[in-house]
Parts: sequence; structure tokens; C-alpha cells
Amino acid sequence: MKKLTLKVTAVEHLSPLVKRFRFEDPTGASLPVFSGGAHLTVEMPEGDTIRRNSYSLISDPYDGSGYEIAVRREDKGRGGSLYMHTKVSEGDDITVSLPSNLFQLDLRAKKHVLIGGGIGITPFLSQLRQLDMEQKPYELHYAARSREEAAGIKLLPQAAHIHVHISEEGSRMDLGAILDGQPLGTHVYTCGPDGLITAVADQTARLGWPKAAVHSEAFTAPPPGEPFDVVVKSSGKTVHVKADQSLLEALEAAKVDIDYSCRGGGCGRCQTKVTACDGRILHNDHWLSEDERAAQKDIMPCMSRFKGTRLELDL
Amino acid sequence: MTMQFNDETFRGDYTYHNSPEAIRRFPFPFDQDTYMYSVNIEQHPGGPKGTPFEKMFDVDEHYVAEMKDREITLAEDPLRCQSLPHMELAGWDLLELIMVSKARDYPDLFTLHRDGNDWHWINKPLGIEKKFTFLDATTLPCGPMEYITRQTQGDFALLHERDNNLWMDAGMITSQADWSLDFDVGMNFFEWHAPVPKARKMGVFDKALKFLLAVGQGQHYRRLNWTMTVNPRLDTSPENYHKWGPEKRTITPENVGQKQFLRVELQTFFRLPRSNALAFPIRCYLMNLEDIATKPKWGRRLHRVLRDIDPDLAEYKGFAVNQKTIVDYLSQFDDGAPTSPGIFPD
Repeated sequence: MKKLTLKVTAVEHLSPLVKRFRFEDPTGASLPVFSGGAHLTVEMPEGDTIRRNSYSLISDPYDGSGYEIAVRREDKGRGGSLYMHTKVSEGDDITVSLPSNLFQLDLRAKKHVLIGGGIGITPFLSQLRQLDMEQKPYELHYAARSREEAAGIKLLPQAAHIHVHISEEGSRMDLGAILDGQPLGTHVYTCGPDGLITAVADQTARLGWPKAAVHSEAFTAPPPGEPFDVVVKSSGKTVHVKADQSLLEALEAAKVDIDYSCRGGGCGRCQTKVTACDGRILHNDHWLSEDERAAQKDIMPCMSRFKGTRLELDL
Repeated sequence: MTMQFNDETFRGDYTYHNSPEAIRRFPFPFDQDTYMYSVNIEQHPGGPKGTPFEKMFDVDEHYVAEMKDREITLAEDPLRCQSLPHMELAGWDLLELIMVSKARDYPDLFTLHRDGNDWHWINKPLGIEKKFTFLDATTLPCGPMEYITRQTQGDFALLHERDNNLWMDAGMITSQADWSLDFDVGMNFFEWHAPVPKARKMGVFDKALKFLLAVGQGQHYRRLNWTMTVNPRLDTSPENYHKWGPEKRTITPENVGQKQFLRVELQTFFRLPRSNALAFPIRCYLMNLEDIATKPKWGRRLHRVLRDIDPDLAEYKGFAVNQKTIVDYLSQFDDGAPTSPGIFPD
């Protein structure tokens, strides 16, 4: 995977829990431009492991002068966001992947409706710039519990088609009102908690929207959990997965060759065959179907964990 | 200009020819003495100096003549170039990729000056100089994909990604091995590959699609494909089958060495940045059996490959009718000696 070594040129608090980071090329060279909704994978080396988390790009996709991301601190996470919040400051070097997109706009749409919940606002910040440049009609709805938590407000333009819904101020987002009456050919995009994504899916189904017009992105950082062991079939080696490590990170630290891209359970790239399973796979991805999960013959090492006595992978 | 361009035709009197240098650098597609499908993918660009793998977009002695041939084909049938409305952005991505690459790789042939979105493009071999505004199609005489592919050898398909599939939503297709953009436009990866025998059952397409969907920005790949064509004709399209189909019947033991061409496609894959579409350039190289046999390794190997090929593939690639004549002709170059690994001549 192609990587870039960049300089951290700005760090800013957008809210008590969310920080914005800006990365630029150390020589001032132009970075590859990207498409709205794209993300970067950021490397966070600590001791003998490298943690990698993916974050949506929030900057202008056609501006190669720098990349920006927004990171919400998750105190109960594996430590990736804490690393970003406590260890990364202006002037540091940082290694990132090239932009990659699992949540692109469907430019066939006659109109785009963007719905972001909480930190799920991030992919829309680059998408709305692309929509502005493409001069496509859209409306954006941003839902947050409180104004203090709504880190995205600072980054959103003031415009009639940008709607902010703050539930503690009594302006809860009404999906029925938003989705009913949209013109034929409208596409809707949702990013945020699973509950929001499900609610939009249910509402659009009730209103008879075509499935191909309903898009969502739910990828999140891998959750921590109880430690467990995994056996690599080809070598017979046992790899220990620590509580604050993902299975993918543990395999990488053990120098097991494994492919990946999004590291958030959304792209399918790290899908691995399970050759022995005495226990229960804790599937945390958005890739495998219900049947595949139940079969326990496949696992997405970037997100999923294991509870039981023996897990052997076809690696 | 250091490169000399041939004055030649790809129809009518068929004056197309390869210089000794063009023969030496021909992308011979067989790395062993037998052939079956494989997902034979390598990183691109990269390869020995002087080979067509070295640069992002290879420019060779046939450049000017190929562009004239494309102009004739388009004048007769404008539907060879189509771009569905949502694909204009991908067209700009492709224009940028080609202009930037060519200006970097062939500075004596192409120049690009950029000041923000004010671009100035000079194409010396074709005598074109153009100032335009990037991302503003009103400043070009036609759409961006058509503009740049009228100046670039090879066919181009632009693939839109959605629903975990790729859709052929734009293309410039005038030098194709018997498939039609007008028929395929709007189809997905499995639909447009439906006519290929055996491959779907072998699982080739599932693997290939999975690979293509994972191609990221800055990672470019290539593969070689091949077929056989009678006469050096670029436009072997279904639309014009009535013109070139009957020419298959003109092969005789006396003329097969000159009239029968091995047609090689250098296919490359690029993820485009703004549109997240995939660009799929298909560059065609033609060489007759006589020229191929000047490299002893190629003569021996081509004889063995075409003699032993699966009959379904000989039929699909359209040369079953002449297979015996071709194999008989090539047998004179095959002394049974072993061949070295790899595609390059000894």
C-alpha cells in the first residue's frame, strides 16, 4: 500500500472531544486530490505495534495543499483516538495512506440528501465541497445531542440547505419529514450510529425508495475487548491478541502477511477463512452477511474478535 | 522531435508496418509455451528500458497514423465515443492523468503548463496547441475524455463504481477486438464479459472484479491480452464486421506470414482521483507472423501455443478458420528447442 509521510501543520479543538488535524507535504509539494467521502488510514506507532485507524477527510477534495481530518476522543477505545489527542502535535511527522473512497457520491443523482449523526458528519464535509463545485442540488442534515458536542458546526457553511438539528434544544431530526416528498432520482447518504442508519433504511423502504439510492457508511474504529489467541494455519504459530489490539494489528505485529484497506469492516479486503473455530466469533464488521456470520467460516480481522478455546485462520 | 512517425494506413491498402525497433519492443504476450486464462496482473509502469511497459502511456512510431485512423472511424460512426452524463468528471481525471504523464515522459513531444485551472497544452506530433480551463468543458471543442483520447493511442473505457460492481459508463472505442461500446455502455462487469467462454465458471471474473474494486489511488496495474487479426486493422468492430469479417477468408499458405497479425492488448488500470472511477486503457499492438518469427524464441513459442490451444478459445478469438494454415506456417520456425522463461526475446 502506497504511503505518504506528512507534517502535522495544525491541531485545533473543534469541541471538547473532537480535534481537527491538518497534514501537509514537508516539501510543500501538492498532495493527490480525492473524491468527496474519501478517507485516510493514519499510522500510530507505539512501542512494537503500529495502530492504524481510518478517518474521513474533511478538507476540500480538489485542494492538494493539505489533508484534514477530525478525530473524536474515545476514552473506551483501543487507544487510537487517544493517541491522536495526546501524542500528536504541530510539527510532528505522520504517516498516512493515500485517500481511498468507500462512500462516494453517486453523481447520477438528481439531488443528494446527506444525513450525518454526531462524528458521522465528517465524510459530508468533503462531499458538500464536491457538490458545490459540481453545482449539484443537495441538502445536509446534521444531528447532534447538544451544541457543545456538535463539533461539525464550525466547519459547515451558513446556507439555507444546511440544517442543524440539536435534540436538547428540541429540534430533533424528523426523518419522515426530510425524506418524504423528495424528487424522484434523489439519493440519500447516512453516516453515524447504527440506529440512525437503520432508521433511514426503514424510512426509505416505507417510502418506496429504490435500494440503490440509499447509501450509508458506518465504519468505526475497531473495538477493544478481552484478549484471545489465534492460530495461523500455515505456520502453526499462535498469536496473542491483546485487549487494546485488533486481530489485524496482532497479526501484523507477528509479521503475518495480510491484506487490508479500510480497517473499519467496510471494504472486504482483509476477509479471512476460518479453518477451525471452537467458540464464538464476535463479528463487528459491516461486510459479512447474516448467514456468513452465523456460519463462522469467515472473519474480518480488522474489526472482529473471538471468545472461545480455539480459532485457526487460513493464513 | 526524436521520434519518427510512420506514414501508414490501417484500412484499404494497409500500409501499416513495424520497424526493427518496433519488432524488438513488441509486447509478446506468452511467457510460456501454452496458454490458458489467468489474472496475469503486474504493477504499471515499470519494465526494461525501451519496452512499452516503461511509461504510463506508451507513444511509438504508429502514433500519428493511429490518431488519423481514429478520426476516420469517428467521422463514420460517432457512437464509438460515448460518455453518460455523470462521467464528465472522470473524463477530466483522465485528461489530467494523460497530459501530466505524457508531458513528464515525453518532454520533447508534449508540453503542459498549469496555472491553477488555466492550462496550456502543446502536442507537437499532432500540431495541437490549446489553452483551456480545467473542469470547464465549454473551453474545449468536445468533452474532456473525447478531447484527450483523440490524442492518445489505445481504446479507453471509464468504469463507474457503485453497488460493489463496475459499470461501463463512458468510453472511446475504435480499435477493439470485436466488441461494441454502443452495445455495452451502461452494463456492469459481469454483463459486458458474458460472451467470454469458460472464464466465469473458472471464477476468473469474481477474482478480477474483487481485485479491480480494491485498486487504490497511486497503484496502477497492467495485464496483457491477445487475439488474432487478418490484416493490420485497428477497427475490428462488430459494427464493421461486414468489412473485415470476409477478409479472414483471404488467408493462404503463401500470404499467411504477411497478412496474419498477432494482436496484443496492453490493458492498464488506474483509479481516478476526483471521480473515484477506474480508467481502463486498452492499447493495441499489431505484428504479423513474419516479423514475429524474426525472434527465434517467439516463432517457436507462438507455434506451440496456437497448435495446442483449447478449441473454444481458438473459436472465441476468431482464428479457428485459419488455425491449420497458421500452425503449418509457424512449424518451420519450431525446431523443438526449449524456450527461455519470460516474454522478452533472447
